[in-house]
Amino acid sequence: MNISDNYKDRENLPEHIIKELELIEKRQEFLKDSVSVNTSPYSINDWQVLPGFHEPDTTPIASLKTLEDLLGQDKRREEDGFTRRIRLGKLIKPAPGKKGKIVIVPTTTEPKFYHDDSVTSEEETGGSGEGEEGDVIGQQQAEPQQGEGEGQGAGEGDSASHEEGTNAFDLGKVLTEKFKLPNIKDKGKKRALNKFVYDLTDRNRRFGQLLEKKATLKKIVETNIMLGNIKPGEPIDTQNFVIGPRDQIFRIMSAERDFETQAIVFFVRDYSGSMQGKPTEAIVTQHLFIYSWLMYQYQNNVQTRFIVHDTEAKEVDDFQKYYQLQVAGGTRVAPAFKMVNQIIAEENLAADYNIYVFYGTDGDDWDSDGKELTEEILKLFPATSRVGFTVAKNAWGGENKTTVERTIEKSGFVEKRKSEFRIDDFSAESADENRLIESIKKLVSP
Amino acid sequence: MHLLDQHAKAIMEECKVRANNAGLQFDHETLEYIVSNRDMLDLSPKVMIPTLYDYWVNDVEVLKEYGKYKLYPSNPYETVINSRPAISFYNDNNPDWLNIMIFYHVLGHVDFFQNNRLFEHTWTDDFVGVALADKRLIESYRSKYGRWTDYVIEFSRSIDNISGYFKTLALLNYDGHLEPESMLNFYFNTFLPDYLKEDEFQIYKEQERYNKILKNNPDIAESSFFAQVKSRHPEFESKYKNAVAQAPPALDLLEYIKDQSPFLNLESNRWMKSVMTVIRNTALYFAPQMRTKIVNEGWASYWHDKLFRGDERIKGHEVAYSALNAGVTSLSRVGLNPYAIGLRLIEYVEELAEKGKLSREYQKLILADDKNAFDSHTGNGQEAIFKIRENFSDFMLLNTFVNQEFVDRHNLFVTGKRPNPEKGVIEYYVKSRKAEDYKKMLIDSLYHPPVIKVDEKISTKDSLYIRHSFEGKQLIKDFIPEVLIGLSYLWGGEVKLETTEILVNQKAETEEDMYSLQKVIFACKDKKISKIKPENNDA
Repeated sequence: MNISDNYKDRENLPEHIIKELELIEKRQEFLKDSVSVNTSPYSINDWQVLPGFHEPDTTPIASLKTLEDLLGQDKRREEDGFTRRIRLGKLIKPAPGKKGKIVIVPTTTEPKFYHDDSVTSEEETGGSGEGEEGDVIGQQQAEPQQGEGEGQGAGEGDSASHEEGTNAFDLGKVLTEKFKLPNIKDKGKKRALNKFVYDLTDRNRRFGQLLEKKATLKKIVETNIMLGNIKPGEPIDTQNFVIGPRDQIFRIMSAERDFETQAIVFFVRDYSGSMQGKPTEAIVTQHLFIYSWLMYQYQNNVQTRFIVHDTEAKEVDDFQKYYQLQVAGGTRVAPAFKMVNQIIAEENLAADYNIYVFYGTDGDDWDSDGKELTEEILKLFPATSRVGFTVAKNAWGGENKTTVERTIEKSGFVEKRKSEFRIDDFSAESADENRLIESIKKLVSP
Repeated sequence: MHLLDQHAKAIMEECKVRANNAGLQFDHETLEYIVSNRDMLDLSPKVMIPTLYDYWVNDVEVLKEYGKYKLYPSNPYETVINSRPAISFYNDNNPDWLNIMIFYHVLGHVDFFQNNRLFEHTWTDDFVGVALADKRLIESYRSKYGRWTDYVIEFSRSIDNISGYFKTLALLNYDGHLEPESMLNFYFNTFLPDYLKEDEFQIYKEQERYNKILKNNPDIAESSFFAQVKSRHPEFESKYKNAVAQAPPALDLLEYIKDQSPFLNLESNRWMKSVMTVIRNTALYFAPQMRTKIVNEGWASYWHDKLFRGDERIKGHEVAYSALNAGVTSLSRVGLNPYAIGLRLIEYVEELAEKGKLSREYQKLILADDKNAFDSHTGNGQEAIFKIRENFSDFMLLNTFVNQEFVDRHNLFVTGKRPNPEKGVIEYYVKSRKAEDYKKMLIDSLYHPPVIKVDEKISTKDSLYIRHSFEGKQLIKDFIPEVLIGLSYLWGGEVKLETTEILVNQKAETEEDMYSLQKVIFACKDKKISKIKPENNDA
């Protein structure tokens, strides 16, 4: 029983008692959260256990250039015949109620001859205090809680927040380069928004803003070869060079048309009861990756819409909700796509945007004939650049085709609509980061 | 990064005087720097040596630390490195009383670095200065040979953990009087078995002959013995001279490859050897720190507590100090705290010595009551812990002093971990309160790199053969190919690794049937790895 329950009527208490209660609560909270157990004498050291007293004043920001250099160097390793060594991980700090944060970090391990403790020795560590042999003294969630810790898990991808936007861009860049995700092929039928920028891009002879030395020098040499001032095999005397007025080459300010394509992505997922756990994690992580990749491809000009569905569809505001929402209800896929079509039509999105729709499911659908779904997807095609289906199968589903897969098979989209429609399926249980990326390649490749 | 201000420096100097009076010994000069959190993040991958050579793995680490810091801003506090003068780094904004405690802790470390024998090879140089020279050397190679410098660093680092640290240490004070005279040594251990291919019986007969001469004529035994040898084997003298002229045997794999690799001995590749030497020396410098974590932190905690509690400047801060100190040195309910274990062991040793319990007399006692009551008031407590500080590593401390009395006194136990599928949780439970188990758990958690040596008899110019001595643990399999590819680059040919794998039979019913050992040989040639199971599997 919680001590503070005895003191419900807190306002009337003296101040020092309120403080005391807060301390106790804080401590209990701390005890609840402290699941990390230190099992090695080398993992803690002076500057961790002797805590300081002030908040840090500045936030160091990772220099992107260095990461680029590192990745560039890593790429060269392949050319030299060695395996690449830098992996990209994401750190996620869960923040219930608030927006969680993700940060992209490079990681690497140095291969050495180390002893492998995993095979024979049991996991043991020290301990102290009361308790008979065999007594349980603490417990920990068996599965790392969603969105916690390093590596896989869902995170934040809301374009509204600048910092996270930047991170998604970084991740997208990295995904494109590191995992060789394809670059977007513009379908060309969308009207590009264009604007003019002025830049020193054009060259002009005789006058201009900036002398281009190398090009000028070349011209001078050309002129003097023609004039016979430079003869092959003889030493060159630059003092005899004649410089013609048209030899000077300048850069000149000019208007450049700047194309900006914009993209809007619909992330749609099933949030019914059967999706709980692994399937949700796989789908949401994959959608986060896709979002990041598009952010990079479209230079941050990506808008997102999030739709979840059970038997009905509903739009949610941000990635956090998209990730967290959970209901116990049944599953009908068609309403979700009906909603996508409705939004596209109402807001006239097809005119200005490249539209992507990514759908994640465990394959469950109560409409076993799938007629309505097929119709809705057909309606989508003229407007969209790509519709991608991901089926993250539950372990108990076995090898059988799921309802959604059967519907798609019947519709023949995979063969007939190859440029607009892709589908991929995998077992949610075994989907690691590499598998997800593999799957993204399937979904987005031209 | 800037120097400590004069006010705080004065406090430090005061602490030094008191620590000296209490018996700690260290060079008088020390340097203290204030560093920002960002400096700390930059420095920690370089193990706090600001002048350590640049290497991309460190950059990756720094970027990762930045990322972590974005999410979990933490405030690093204090750290000290084993340089001359000793350098320590501090966070800004500590109140004076806290600085005093921290300074005492730091001085404990400085004293340990400068007096513990495991650090003996670092006593004659300032590593910060050495590292700076090395950094410049590597930089100059990098500008000349580009990324190949980094490959050489990488491949050398892949075996820098199995350095011959203890051998290096052993040679420091080794006067060699136990070694046989070098010509005799060569004759019996190299010339007879390797050149003449004599069998053991023949060698034994020769030894007998020598011993007989020695017995009759100790003064001229050697010369008369070898006069005969030389007349019988005219080639002996030249062979012996050759052997003497050769470099002393390599202390570890890294050094062996550096000296013997046909690839590195090419004129154009000689620079790589310098890089390897830098990597090896750096690894040797850090080697003792990994092996003295518990005793070193225990020592520093012992002294910060003892000195600060005896310092009148603690007045008014006793409560804040005890809270902080408890955070550092309390035993974890679950987990291992090197500060706590180290401190308690040192205090335990002090008590044992104080009561004269480190004696044969005490050990002869059988009854528990007699043991408890034993006290010969020796007053040797301090002397004993200073001996620990001078001579002990983590392993020695744990292996010698963790016993049932110690485990019982502090209520220690081994925590086991098991899944509880019904609740969907992992449970931590009290697995054992036996000292034996607790000691084993502690020792298993210590740093212990595998033993991997060159088999010079099988190795050839084209093929290097290295053997892993199996100690109950296999090597991490994923890393083996990568390391071998690197070694094969350095050797300029094939590299073979003989090791032992543990096969797990999931269907086995008893624990004995579950594991079986399999000797395997990994071979790497032209960046291709193959795995062979030798036929005579005597693992």
